Amino acid sequence: MSYAVETRDLTRIFAGKKKRRRKAGEEVDESVGPVTALDNVSLKIEEGELFGMLGPNGAGKTTLIKILATLLLPTSGQALVAGHDVSKDPFPIRQVINMVSGGETSGYGLLTARENIIFGLWDKRNAKVRMLSTGQRQKMNMIRGFVTDPDILFLDEPTLGLDVNAARVIREYVTNWVRGQKGKTVLLTTHYMAEADQMCDRIAIIDKGKILACDTPENLKRMIRTETTFRLEVDAIRDLTTFSTMQGVKNFSHKDDIAKNRSFLTFILEDEGPVAEILSTITLQGKKVHSLQKSEPTLEDVFISMVGRGFE
Amino acid sequence: MSTYWRTFKTAAWLGWEMDSNWTEPWLFVLYSVIKPVAGAFILVLMYIVFVAIGRPQGDTDAFSYMYVGNSFFIFVATVLFGTFQVIQSDREWYQTIRYIYISPISYYVYILGRAASKIAVAVFAVAITLLFGAMFLGVRLHLALADVPMFLVSTVLGLAVLLAIGICLGGISFLTAKHTHGLAEGIPGLFYVFCGVLFPLSILPSWGQAIGRAIPLTYWFEITRRLIAPTITVNTTLAGFDPLTILFFLIVSSVGFFALSVLIYKVGEYFARKAGKIDMTTSY
Repeated sequence: MSYAVETRDLTRIFAGKKKRRRKAGEEVDESVGPVTALDNVSLKIEEGELFGMLGPNGAGKTTLIKILATLLLPTSGQALVAGHDVSKDPFPIRQVINMVSGGETSGYGLLTARENIIFGLWDKRNAKVRMLSTGQRQKMNMIRGFVTDPDILFLDEPTLGLDVNAARVIREYVTNWVRGQKGKTVLLTTHYMAEADQMCDRIAIIDKGKILACDTPENLKRMIRTETTFRLEVDAIRDLTTFSTMQGVKNFSHKDDIAKNRSFLTFILEDEGPVAEILSTITLQGKKVHSLQKSEPTLEDVFISMVGRGFE
Repeated sequence: MSTYWRTFKTAAWLGWEMDSNWTEPWLFVLYSVIKPVAGAFILVLMYIVFVAIGRPQGDTDAFSYMYVGNSFFIFVATVLFGTFQVIQSDREWYQTIRYIYISPISYYVYILGRAASKIAVAVFAVAITLLFGAMFLGVRLHLALADVPMFLVSTVLGLAVLLAIGICLGGISFLTAKHTHGLAEGIPGLFYVFCGVLFPLSILPSWGQAIGRAIPLTYWFEITRRLIAPTITVNTTLAGFDPLTILFFLIVSSVGFFALSVLIYKVGEYFARKAGKIDMTTSY
């Protein structure tokens, strides 16, 4: 069977380079790397699939998309898009692909947006691109991806920096585009869990260049359904070392809201046993618990369970 | 073929929009006239300085030589820089290179198309400069009707060489960001000195003359002067070659430079893809 996208032991290592940093008021050269952006990644994406790559910044998602879009050569391994090798045969691949990178405000600012007739940009069709807002430019960026009616579309963080409504419109459009036509495939990278959960047929969780898991959102969540997820909002807490060694705590992550002086803790527990100990540890530090919630596992919980930290 | 032609046309339209769409049309036309005329005044100033230094009595042949050379150097500066900076501007400024590069077109043809708009702008500037020189500065121009075909062929070949050199530099610029402006300014500067733009090859030392003879633009400037200003009697060291021989040199060097440009472009592109530099942004 031929796949829309197939990678075999795909590895990409970026050579080390010198970076100039300021240290104690002086410019100094520091050597960085080499960096393994992709580490033996093997994936198969079927035609007609909306496939998600979920991972934090620096996980290797963009590197993978760049290789598949023929912008970058792999260090080793093989990547096939529409049956063609990205290293040896890029031109036929370019006939059937397109890509959109989110968070960009790029474009020829001196041209008008006349072609931008979807996503509610019709009233801006004669406006020069430089006059558009960031969100409007990002919509235009999306339009560019669909203009060629590609068979395989790579979306790299497509809703990054968009407001809630614009992001919703784009998610709906992409989903309908894949579902409504035969043979259209989307590879979507995101670090928005809900976006991946809502849109994707299958999701690969990637971290530090390695694929940690690859399955449907339901199956991924089912993997940790035997575990229990608790979320707590507490006064800002600094000493977290106790939690990592606590018996029954499989993994946990935390985010701080400095403005509110609060910490948000997520615990993946083997059962509900450690909850009392967690609460007493917090209160013994003189911190107040503002909320405690037991919840169904999310994709973020799956990630925390696998990696031992959240995305932030 | 139709894909190449469509790519070329679209890229040329894009280049023209980028060149002309930054202001109102009337202001663009005014700018297009004033800029070359202002350039002509710089030439007059340079000539006055030369005269003050060397020949108080003046030398109309030398002025015409210098004026025609500088007028056609507008092509070098505009087309060479315009071709060379396509990759840089799409990569660093507009950040569109990744989308264009992965589209099913020839990026090489796309660069040629973008450069075509520069040629259009340069043709207008050169024509204005020459007209201004002939009308107000006493530059003696005369293009015989019989020489028009050869003039057109040599101009096309000269521009082809410029495009080829520009794409060679573009291939290099795939791999570098820091030094692009140095290359963009420095290479035309070399041509300015060694190709008989401002002064004839005969006043250069022998090694300088050898460099000049190795650059096809020298022959282009020579044949252009012979055709549009035949009364100039300046010893250029190329007097031994008739116009057809010089045209032959131009044809051979055009083909050679285009072959070289494809090679350098392909090598630059391969290494840029390998190093992940196709769409790098450095904020330079």
